Amino acid sequence: MKNIKFGFSLLFCIAIFYALNTKFGSLPPLGKFLSPTEGFWQNEVSESNTNNTISINGLSASVSVKYDVHLIPHIFAQNELDLYKAQGYITAKHRLWQMEFQTHASAGRLSEIFGETALDYDRQERRRGMGFGADNTIEKMKEDPEMISYLEAYRDGVNNFINQLQPKDYPVEYKLLDYKPEPWTTKKTALLLMYMTKMLAGGDSDLEYTNALRKFGKERFDLLFPDFFDVNDPVIPAETDWTTMNAKITETPQSEFPLDSITTVLNKPHPNNGSNNWAISGAKSYSGNPILANDPHLGLKLPSVWYVMQLATPNHNSFGATLPGALGIISGFNTHISWGETNATRDVLDWYKIEFKDESMKQYKYDGSWKNTSVRVEEIKIRNKETFIDSVTYTHHGPITFDATFKGKSDKEGYAMKWAGHIGGNNQRTFIDLNKSKNYDDYLNALKHYVAPAQNFVFASIQGDIAIWIQGQFPNKWKGQGKFLMDGSNPENDWQSYIPKGHNAHVKNPKRGFVSSANQHPVDESYPYYVFNDGYETYRNRVINDFFSSKEKFNIQDFKDLHNNNYNLKASELLPYVFKNMDTSTLTTQEKEIYNQIKSWDFNTDFNQIAPSIWASWWSNIYNLTWDEFEVEELVLKKPFTYQTIYMLKNNPQDAFMDIVDTPEKETSKDLFLIAFKETVKELLAWQTEHGDYYWKNYKATFVGHLLQGLPAFSRFNIPIGGDANTVNAASKNHGPSWRMIVEMTSPPTALGIYPGGQSGNPGSKYYDNFIDQWADGKYLELDFIQEPEATKGILFTQILTPNNE
Amino acid sequence: MNKKSINFLLTLFLAYILALFLPWWSVMVAALITSFLIPLKKATVFIIPFLAVSLLWIIQSWLLSSANDYTLARKIAILFSLGENPVLLIIVTGLVGGLATGIAGIFGKQCKLVLK
Repeated sequence: MKNIKFGFSLLFCIAIFYALNTKFGSLPPLGKFLSPTEGFWQNEVSESNTNNTISINGLSASVSVKYDVHLIPHIFAQNELDLYKAQGYITAKHRLWQMEFQTHASAGRLSEIFGETALDYDRQERRRGMGFGADNTIEKMKEDPEMISYLEAYRDGVNNFINQLQPKDYPVEYKLLDYKPEPWTTKKTALLLMYMTKMLAGGDSDLEYTNALRKFGKERFDLLFPDFFDVNDPVIPAETDWTTMNAKITETPQSEFPLDSITTVLNKPHPNNGSNNWAISGAKSYSGNPILANDPHLGLKLPSVWYVMQLATPNHNSFGATLPGALGIISGFNTHISWGETNATRDVLDWYKIEFKDESMKQYKYDGSWKNTSVRVEEIKIRNKETFIDSVTYTHHGPITFDATFKGKSDKEGYAMKWAGHIGGNNQRTFIDLNKSKNYDDYLNALKHYVAPAQNFVFASIQGDIAIWIQGQFPNKWKGQGKFLMDGSNPENDWQSYIPKGHNAHVKNPKRGFVSSANQHPVDESYPYYVFNDGYETYRNRVINDFFSSKEKFNIQDFKDLHNNNYNLKASELLPYVFKNMDTSTLTTQEKEIYNQIKSWDFNTDFNQIAPSIWASWWSNIYNLTWDEFEVEELVLKKPFTYQTIYMLKNNPQDAFMDIVDTPEKETSKDLFLIAFKETVKELLAWQTEHGDYYWKNYKATFVGHLLQGLPAFSRFNIPIGGDANTVNAASKNHGPSWRMIVEMTSPPTALGIYPGGQSGNPGSKYYDNFIDQWADGKYLELDFIQEPEATKGILFTQILTPNNE
Repeated sequence: MNKKSINFLLTLFLAYILALFLPWWSVMVAALITSFLIPLKKATVFIIPFLAVSLLWIIQSWLLSSANDYTLARKIAILFSLGENPVLLIIVTGLVGGLATGIAGIFGKQCKLVLK
């Protein structure tokens, strides 16, 4: 009897241990997770504010890290190796989980954390060639041994932190998902850069365009997707003379595009990824000093994509936003210059249709013969499952993303991807050198290493120069190249050469006294190289440029106002036409009331207005009704861009596209306005019944979501901020200004900055999301650019990193 | 002091000390040892270690989170569908710790019996 009891109690004991030590579905292992000494309660802590000393392996001298009241670390090291080691250590201390998670996502390793549900995502990232690109990046960097030594210093700094951790110290996300951090590597820095490249230059619509070309024909396609819209206020002022550059343009071959019908494409980056930046010359500035501003528009995430730091050695002193995982300041300033980036949005991703000799995919047709492929074996580890082996075939173009084993249609054909992200560039060098640049020439030298993702690098210096360069490695394409799927067997379809870096569009100290960019077309039609419109912005740029042409002098308040400008140029270009042409005689009293609400709108997309909600819903209905021809099952298509849609509604109101296919009547754009409006009234009233008044703030419901798919517990919701995707203050539902910075080039520079997040990556810290309210409010932090390492004013606490000489 | 009180205090003491060196299951070890040394009778075999560690975990989690304005506790409470209520989460924490410990207590006593 007692043996039976013993046996039962043993089993019971093992069972309870197992139950509380194991993760079930999304439920963390309860015993482990709730234990006050090991679980999440250990993360219930805000950063200490007491001075302390930490010993770090391999430092050559002590490094002083001063935290100001915003928890921004100001790092003072004796040399660059120590500096980047300290940057790695300090970044990991505050953002370790994010650093690792983003690089896992980049490498296609999420199945290791989430299990089989992430396998499709992981395969896609492998087949996008993310690891391939990262390997090429490291290879390229090896030509620059100093750069590698910095990457290694950063790596060692991160690992020094990881090695100090006990399981109880792991960031809470590790505990929630029940896994542990692995050592940092230099390749992870390359993967982080690939993550950004995918985010900013990983989009294209070649396959959708190919379908559209086949479905609608060339004439109709060109009407819908023109290379230039009828208005163009380019990054580089239109009057720029390019004739002296003596450009060699690639000749257009006489080949035809394969007319294919494609049913699947890769996940796209967020369509609103973009940014604003601008700089004014001393002549336009209230103080005589140039002033520069930047605000990259990215997904609103927690922890934020940005981490703010000051990085100083006796030879240079820089400050600004860093990307956890990468070295140096990315958007910021130093003692002499300031710089910032917006996305250049160029088409640097093309698709080739590949014909294999047989199902083995060992050879493919190229230039009249058979060329050998190579294979990159991708081992995808899956939590609680056997490793999945994905063999990705490579051609000279790049990886065969889609083939018979992945979303392809036939054993003998595939789609190969050619992407600037695969080239491998020493992009990290650009940022390290910008951190140290003293003038325009240094800035130019820093940029020359830059490959992808192409950016509009704005610049201002204390010497009084302002400039903008559209920098990246751009293929010198023949007219029309890369708009559609190309025949991969024809050598004429290959990228023939690259635009020489010196020929990249740029302007220094323009007559108009300011430079700006907002993801619009980089140039006008006089630029000799082929640049096709792959989704250029057309509203923010014009508001910004009009603003700087509106008066003589500008001060810091003007800059703040422009960052927070909610003027809806898009609505202002369509609504007056609608009000004039729409037949309102059939509107009911209730509809009339809502109609009058939007009719009296001043086009400011402020959060406490009602009209922006009406506009958002109405526009979305008009847009979808206009392009109902694009709603086709089993065929991927891309609807035309907003600007061209409004152009068509106003200029081609009788066009066949205006007709709603599903109705017997023949609609015109006027009819669409009315049908869409009635639909909008229905939607808004339904919304109102459920949620209350449809103020823009509530209707838009901006949120900043945790990196784990917006895990509600760690996210912030219903943030009162105005604007939409096309206003200068580009705050949409879960996307927007991810780092606002204003720098006046006093000596030393005076700067303001803010981002929708907080310095700590720990959801348990009061520094996790403490900037969000100020950010929404249009307020800024005064960035304390400390000149003396001994400074004590405004310092919360100091950490001394000392060499560990064991 | 009666056996129950001694068992209670010893479980509490061992659970506290062992957790300084061992993972979360150290509380189970504490109960196992205590019940082996000081076996109780009937339901108290379970209840006394249950109460000891529930109390310990409640106090520890309360001390940690009250010092930080319950910032994380509120968020984790949302995660566990407990509203934004950190008190409920603290109680759940105590229950989970207590449950594991109580069952280990039963096992500790059975070890003693089987060795007799």
